[in-house]
Amino acid sequence: MHPIIKLVAQRFSLGILLLVAASVLIFGLTEALPGDAAQAVLGQAATAESLANLREEMGLNRPATTRYFEWFGGIITGDLGTSIVNRLDIAESVGKRLGNTLFLAFWAALVSVPLAIFLGLLAVRYRNRWPDKLISGVTLTTISIPEFLIGYVLVYFLAVKLGFGSALAMINDSMTLFEKLQSIVLPVMVLTLVVLAHMMRMTRAAILNVMQSAYIETAELKGLSTFNVIAKHAFPNAVSPIVNVVMLNLAYLVVGVVVVEVVFVYPGMGQFLVDAVTKRDVPVVLACGVIFAAIYIGLNMLADIISILANPRLRHPK
Amino acid sequence: MTDQLDYLKKQASLGKLSRRDFLGKTSALGVSAAAAGTMFATVARADTPKKGGDFKLGSVGGESTNSLDPATYASQVPFHNGKQFGDTLVDVTGDGSIKNILAESVESSADAKTWMFKMRKDVEFHNGKTMTAEDVMKTMERHSNEDSKSGALGIMKGIESMKVDGDMFSVTLKDPNADLPYLMADYHLIIQPNGGMDAPDAGIGTGPYKLEVNEPGVRHAYTKFENYWADDAHFDSVEIIVINDATARTAALQSGQVHMINRVEPKVAGLLDRAPNVSVTSTAGRGHYVFIMHIDTAPFDENELRLALKHAINREDMVDKILRGYGSVGNDMPINSSYPLFDASIPQRSFDLAKAAEHYKKSGHDGSPIVLRVADAAFPGAVDAASLFQQSAAQAGIPLEIKREPNDGYWSEVWNVQPFCASYWGGRPVQDQMYSTAYLSTADWNDTRFKNPEFDAMLLAARAELDNAKRKDIYSKMGYMVRDEGGLICPMFNDFVEAHSTDLMGWGSNGNQELMNGLITRDMWFA
Repeated sequence: MHPIIKLVAQRFSLGILLLVAASVLIFGLTEALPGDAAQAVLGQAATAESLANLREEMGLNRPATTRYFEWFGGIITGDLGTSIVNRLDIAESVGKRLGNTLFLAFWAALVSVPLAIFLGLLAVRYRNRWPDKLISGVTLTTISIPEFLIGYVLVYFLAVKLGFGSALAMINDSMTLFEKLQSIVLPVMVLTLVVLAHMMRMTRAAILNVMQSAYIETAELKGLSTFNVIAKHAFPNAVSPIVNVVMLNLAYLVVGVVVVEVVFVYPGMGQFLVDAVTKRDVPVVLACGVIFAAIYIGLNMLADIISILANPRLRHPK
Repeated sequence: MTDQLDYLKKQASLGKLSRRDFLGKTSALGVSAAAAGTMFATVARADTPKKGGDFKLGSVGGESTNSLDPATYASQVPFHNGKQFGDTLVDVTGDGSIKNILAESVESSADAKTWMFKMRKDVEFHNGKTMTAEDVMKTMERHSNEDSKSGALGIMKGIESMKVDGDMFSVTLKDPNADLPYLMADYHLIIQPNGGMDAPDAGIGTGPYKLEVNEPGVRHAYTKFENYWADDAHFDSVEIIVINDATARTAALQSGQVHMINRVEPKVAGLLDRAPNVSVTSTAGRGHYVFIMHIDTAPFDENELRLALKHAINREDMVDKILRGYGSVGNDMPINSSYPLFDASIPQRSFDLAKAAEHYKKSGHDGSPIVLRVADAAFPGAVDAASLFQQSAAQAGIPLEIKREPNDGYWSEVWNVQPFCASYWGGRPVQDQMYSTAYLSTADWNDTRFKNPEFDAMLLAARAELDNAKRKDIYSKMGYMVRDEGGLICPMFNDFVEAHSTDLMGWGSNGNQELMNGLITRDMWFA
């Protein structure tokens, strides 16, 4: 078997194992939280009688292991089950939210990744001169400010004062692509500002590292322009750490944006998961958790594979 | 002063005074800016409602786990959903009287034990069926049967039997209750086809707006139901957008993406009111922020200690700092002047360090710190309120120790479990319901463990009494009992602070529930 296929297969089965472990962990932790779905739903209005009725109806009287294996049985046949709180089909409601999250993450990535890499290259080209310092200064500032604050500042100055973009990033099926894009302008800006610095700095550092090599000197002596040297000779050899950090940030754009979702009232997965946790809606928490874990594991796997492909030394291990 | 105020109101209603001038002139008469803003919003309305427009509400209190089943309603967004697609038999108006909705008339037997509701004819459900008295009975059955988990289960318990005779729906009670119509106005009791036995969460009712989009935790969209039976409800469509974040809510209103928001934070209300095209309103409600003691648990079983704590809390200071003036002081009983039959002559308990110290000494408490459990889940600002309480109590020599609890799980782990904690009570339409819910010996939610046979007997006597003067007298005595012996420390009643775009007309005061008791989409219109 080709070593790369073997490697992918290995990584893939490891990933599946990791997912199962994650689901056990998520289930265990949600069970360990004080209170259950019946108490969370009824809240201050709970009485012993209504609690008992609701528990019976939600099937919470059965042992935890039974419930876990029922869920597990469902998920390997592709059935995510139904929410125990509002009885909606989880696959359908999660699907919609996941679609929204991926939509936002996709556009944020489309803006931020090329921008970060371009700024990184630019910083290398003018290293230790004012463009480099300006780029680093600005991006490090934006990453240091909490994202909700950047969000509020943009909402106040752009949406409220200037009427640019919209304070609520509500999107729904009846909107055209252009309308959707218009409503997510501000969250995309915030997310870009938040992830830019990490990727930009990594690009800069990785390329500067390569720039010390002898073959770069050769390329320079050959008479290539600085930007060409960076783009054609240094960048391909610096791809591996850059891909890793890009993937980490992509994963963040999918799983870590709950604060931005709250500020812009964006109907994504993060808010959905938080609601499910506060209501102890275990099947929904599991579904979201496993999807998040799968995205995280998947992107990391992809990063590993790309960096191996990009590096001949890793491609042909001894 | 009243003459002048009336004159100004009239000028404003005629459009001769701008909002700014109105606020300026009324403040010269000693009216606070908050009160004047509310007044202006009330009077400055065009006389005849106009039809049309797409109304958007930005509301707190919606989650992706919400269901449309009226039995499950426990927060703001589900409450407003119910008000769009559904109707109850009767409703409570802003002045506390009963208004017939789906019931055409309401009558009771002389002993207030049997109540008859004559149902309105030709009312159509959104699924095309005509509403019958049978649907009404099924609805009530669904909320009251044994395996019900309805939020209205508690108030349905007193029903002995129900029957239908043509278009007449009648209820026979175990014990007489002069307030039954108020119980039937509960927002959970939305009449559904076949009582919602078939599809409780279908969102089908007889209300003015028909459900189009149901995305729990995100938005709920409605269009005007063409065969709606009444002539109120002026919008073409209504959209309820879930905005749980307070800052996002304010920004959405200011940038014109929604027309109205609820739960404006008191600390930004004044600033928001200054924004152009936005009007902030404040309505006195019956909800109250409280600290509750279990009077059957040491050291709170000693009434002297309870009195010491009640005297050691600075109520004015709390209304000022926690509510920023959007509220009123409480008197250690769950009733305030918003309730019908309230006795205003009951003296207001005041902050009195000398008395607090005296009662504390008499209580013989050993001086160990008294643990007070709080979380902001109890009410906004609960943790700060507890600190204020701790400081004022310390001045009287009473040591309080604040234990901060997590918001998550507060209502199941702390409230009604721990002997001393912060809590919140939403109001009830009438005194009887408030006392029966939390102060009757057998009440499930007796969160102060107040068990007094004499009190119980008086509550039942008042319930059966049709003579209002006598009832008022009994309620007054009960008020004194809770105030002087109970485990409730009630420093303040909060107002509903809300804001709407000045394009909206028809705002009126109704403090039964927030946003004009949920009637904004029926009574308001676009200018």
